[in-house]
Amino acid sequence: MTGEKLAFWIVAPLAVLGGVMMLASRKAVHSALWLALTMCNLAILYIMQGAVFLGVVQVVVYTGAVMMLFLFVLMLVGVDASDSLVETLRGQRVAALVAGLGFGILLIGAIGRAEMGTSVGVDAINAADAGNVSALARLIFTQYLWSFEITSALLITAAVGAMVLTQRERVFRKKTQRERSEERVRSGSPTPLAAPGVYARHNAVDTPGLLPDGSPAEVSIPAALGEVRRIVPAPLLTGRTGVSADAARTDSGEGDPA
Amino acid sequence: MSPTAYLVVASLLFTLGAAGVLIRRNAIVVFMCVELMLNACNLAFVSFSRLNGSLDGQVMAFFVMVVAAAEVVVGLAIIVSIFRTRRSASVDDANLLKY
Repeated sequence: MTGEKLAFWIVAPLAVLGGVMMLASRKAVHSALWLALTMCNLAILYIMQGAVFLGVVQVVVYTGAVMMLFLFVLMLVGVDASDSLVETLRGQRVAALVAGLGFGILLIGAIGRAEMGTSVGVDAINAADAGNVSALARLIFTQYLWSFEITSALLITAAVGAMVLTQRERVFRKKTQRERSEERVRSGSPTPLAAPGVYARHNAVDTPGLLPDGSPAEVSIPAALGEVRRIVPAPLLTGRTGVSADAARTDSGEGDPA
Repeated sequence: MSPTAYLVVASLLFTLGAAGVLIRRNAIVVFMCVELMLNACNLAFVSFSRLNGSLDGQVMAFFVMVVAAAEVVVGLAIIVSIFRTRRSASVDDANLLKY
């Protein structure tokens, strides 16, 4: 009992801290990470109360899948999409805080006054079957079978709905392969662009590849990295490579008249 | 240990989620607050399941998780499609139906 109390007083404040920080963080990514902390701690709370299966599902489905989906969409929508401070309704923030505070006080007051008695615990019912998972499965596939089958309809509807909602209508005609190949030949560089980092000292994507004469090839850097300061190692251009390139050039220059 | 402590944590988390829905502007954060509220309900379900010594509460929590997963998929798809047309994920900017 004391062990559970100790664990509770470690885990529960962490869960609440995660919730508070999720509310308080300006950046959406921070909010998502704090929520992940809360969900992990909630999983521990489930397991402490005998819901082993739910605890594992909480970590796998919520922290693993749902939160990562959230982060994925955050990255898609733009990480810097932080909250605007413009209040559309005046005083709405303060009113919301007051309402939340009042709601919480009411809820906690009501729960604190209720006579709960001591818990029966689910250990006996878990032990009656082969464990928590078997006991849950027996319930889901007998008493709650209809709800379980309805769930499949819900899941397929969600999958189809997500596809329909995110589908983008094609405005222009799709280009044929012939048109694309002609376009590429006309563009002046029919071959693929040079890869970054080729023959350079780094293989980082923001280091330009080197042309045969030792000069950096600007086209080898992705256009998305255009703003990034290009790191061209100094000795690469002024040191040995440059010298050898110069030497090669002078060699060919001498070779031509001869 | 009596379930009151767990229920207080659940109600605290639910309150935080509800306040977050009212306060935050970013649609994705609002959505995360809804998730927090669902999680708080799950904790209450699990606590009551333990209080009564039956697994029905855990089955309920399991179904809530399924519904939440489906809801996240559809909700995020809606947010992405709104972002595509409005170039913003703020709930204040999606006000075309207002007038």
